[in-house]
Amino acid sequence: MKIVYFASMQVLQFTDKGIYCPAGDFYIDPWQPVERAIITHAHSDHARYGNKHYLCHHDSVALLQLRLGQDISVQGIAFGETIRYNGVTVSLHPAGHIIGSAQVRVEQENEVWVFSGDYKVENDGISGQFEPVRCNTFITECTFGLPIYNWQPQAVIFSNIRQWIQDNQVAGKNSVLLGYSLGKAQRLLYNLRDVTEQIWAHGAIYIPHQLLREKGWDLPEIHRITPDTPPSVYKNNLIIGPPSAADSSWMRRFNPYALGVCSGWMQVRGNMRRRNADAGFALSDHADWIGLLQAVKATGAEKVYTTHGFSSVFARYLTENGIAAQEVKTEYGDMDEETGIPEAVNNESNNTPL
Amino acid sequence: MKEFAALIKILSNSTKTNEKLDALSRYLATADAPDRLWVLALFTGRRPKRTVNATQLSTWCLQMTGLPAWLYEECYHTVGDLAETIALLLPPGKSISVHPLHYWIEQLIQLEKAEESIKQAFILKAWEELDTSERFVFNKLITGGFRIGVSQKMMVNALANTYNIPAPTISHMISGNWDPQQTTIEALLSENITEADASKPFPFYLAYALEIDPSELGAPEQWQAEWKWDGIRGQIIKRNGQLFVWSRGEELITEKFPEYQPLLEALPEGTVLDGEILTFTDGFPLPFQTLQTRIGRKNVTRKQLQEAPVVFLSYDLLEWKGEDIRTTALQERRLLLEQVVEQINHPALRLSPAITFHDWDELARFRMQAREKGSEGLMLKKLDSSYQVGRKRGDWWKWKIDPLTIDAVMIYAQKGHGRRSNLYTDYTFAVRDGDQLVSFTKAYSGLTDKEINEVDNWVKRNSLEKFGPVRTVKPELVFEIGFEGIAASNRHKSGVALRFPRILRWRKDKPPAEINTLEDLQQLLRTHKQ
Repeated sequence: MKIVYFASMQVLQFTDKGIYCPAGDFYIDPWQPVERAIITHAHSDHARYGNKHYLCHHDSVALLQLRLGQDISVQGIAFGETIRYNGVTVSLHPAGHIIGSAQVRVEQENEVWVFSGDYKVENDGISGQFEPVRCNTFITECTFGLPIYNWQPQAVIFSNIRQWIQDNQVAGKNSVLLGYSLGKAQRLLYNLRDVTEQIWAHGAIYIPHQLLREKGWDLPEIHRITPDTPPSVYKNNLIIGPPSAADSSWMRRFNPYALGVCSGWMQVRGNMRRRNADAGFALSDHADWIGLLQAVKATGAEKVYTTHGFSSVFARYLTENGIAAQEVKTEYGDMDEETGIPEAVNNESNNTPL
Repeated sequence: MKEFAALIKILSNSTKTNEKLDALSRYLATADAPDRLWVLALFTGRRPKRTVNATQLSTWCLQMTGLPAWLYEECYHTVGDLAETIALLLPPGKSISVHPLHYWIEQLIQLEKAEESIKQAFILKAWEELDTSERFVFNKLITGGFRIGVSQKMMVNALANTYNIPAPTISHMISGNWDPQQTTIEALLSENITEADASKPFPFYLAYALEIDPSELGAPEQWQAEWKWDGIRGQIIKRNGQLFVWSRGEELITEKFPEYQPLLEALPEGTVLDGEILTFTDGFPLPFQTLQTRIGRKNVTRKQLQEAPVVFLSYDLLEWKGEDIRTTALQERRLLLEQVVEQINHPALRLSPAITFHDWDELARFRMQAREKGSEGLMLKKLDSSYQVGRKRGDWWKWKIDPLTIDAVMIYAQKGHGRRSNLYTDYTFAVRDGDQLVSFTKAYSGLTDKEINEVDNWVKRNSLEKFGPVRTVKPELVFEIGFEGIAASNRHKSGVALRFPRILRWRKDKPPAEINTLEDLQQLLRTHKQ
């Protein structure tokens, strides 16, 4: 096993199976099957198949079972609840990324490390409010770790989306919004619940949506699109589909329609034009540049590791600004949550500035 | 400016021609006259001279944001557009400006002789007053083309809708030598086209590539075949005792080609010729490269005139004795043209020969000889065709020869621009020379979006070193590179320069050990030396 050592005390190590705690003998979001896995959230690049035991937040349990099978061995805990493994204390804290998303705090002999998982600092109403956790070492994602990525408040973006839907109605078009089925879709539905008379969704969105409603989440009633659904029902209504639906024959049933894509990548015109969308809304479930900087500062960490995203750029910027930071290679971002295109999220991994 | 920013947003997002046309027509219907003229000027390549440069914009943006230069560079390479990068980096603006588009353009023009501090003050104030989307178009006014897929044809159609004038007439009215600072939209779209401006060229008639077998075109005797030349398409105009030479890009290039000056005396008043500007010696065209040495320079040297002499290979006559004859049949225009060229009998004006052929198979054999003739294939023109406006199907076709090809390995990758922003799409390729790899060309196009994503993903995982925006990658991916011509060059490491290189396909079946060699390239050079 290849092990990279760095800090005074290696509470966590970066191994070829994932982020590992030697003292507690557990992994966080491993990408190879292990005995004990702590899972930050239910996206497929963080919660993978084949681990013997899973530990996650209560709200992630059902989502993990949905994705990985009902028969997995999974334990749910609350935010702030502590668990001890061989003298190592573990607790989960809100990450604000999707429902059930958590940061993992690991404490060993007064040394505290936090792995952020994926996070955003803005409260979207349904994914929880990101909570800065004081620590010595912070391992942070940086999907959007460039200063060109700064989001508008979601109230502004949702007002733009509502206006766009109204304009489509005037133009006699149905509105199709594409967003990732777990996370983005719930955020859209929670915030756009009354925007049209009915809301129709692809099965990939409908299934987790119904599950979450059964679990008591305050989400609106939506309708599932099946091969038998008469096209007339889409008229003037909002339709929500997963990113992979773009350019597929599945879209034809909505004609005439306008296509809107909800993703942080839509911040840049070129990405929007590449998607052949009629509208792009830079609505992201990841922290923007300012959010990343705020989050890092709020932890008070003296050492930062940057994982997936513009990791080398962000690490260099932090280092130049007095926070020792280093890029680490992980396998997160494999299935790009935001674009739905299987690709490595810009892991600028060959440019280690340190 | 808000309206113009909104227009740019629609034009750049929409992929549907009709939607773009509607948006453009709606804009023209409501914008004030100066804004209409400027939009026309901007979208037909008549932007005013740059008064502030990209370096200044970048410097002031860095000052305003306090970002380090390297981070700004990273942002630029990810966004792939300077104007947009700056618009995204600046702190939120106040969005308080109510000035129209022409106000900003005129202000920018006035900065030409201003001191740097005045320029800076103006730009910073503009950034402060505009919102993000306005800032983007404002920066674009300074830095260059919008690249939003508005063709000349679309602009013409939108004007035709708005002014209720037939599109071919509009096309003629807005061609040639007009300056948005000297005219008005009303004057430009007035009745007397050539009376007002003797230099005005006709819109070029352009052909699509032939994608069917020529036998499906019908009887061969209804068609004229010519060699297709690899020079600059041009028009030579003699009106009002003056000579004008236009390129297809509607650039007035009379001064660059003194060889044509004798035609001022030789041509009768009211003559317009369509043909190819070509470097040419001993009855044979020279490589396009030699013509490039002539275009780049302001003043032509004696040496250039000797080494790269230019002729006009004429293939059509559009105006004769002051009369527009574009609607007469090609065979009649051709007869007249042949007489004109013969009468004038000047070495700078030659006739592009028509090829005599009896059936399509015979013509196909001629096509195989195209490279030997220094041409890139054939042109097929229907004998009864009129001279139309713009790119049209049906009467004229280009039937080019298949490209030359080389299998090569990718060694460098760089992120692209525009809709390829943040994707590695610009590649450098190498051939083998013993156990070395020698780079010989770049190529930007030819892959599908899906393949581009795949290559991008691969580059991100397999890069070795970073030099600014360029990544060196493991020499593993093999591509077939196609090109139209090859010439010796001492400016390239490989000793060759290619014409129109592009990726023909990704050779996933081929290991890098089996790519072509430098010797193969040199062999091609010997075989196809012109």
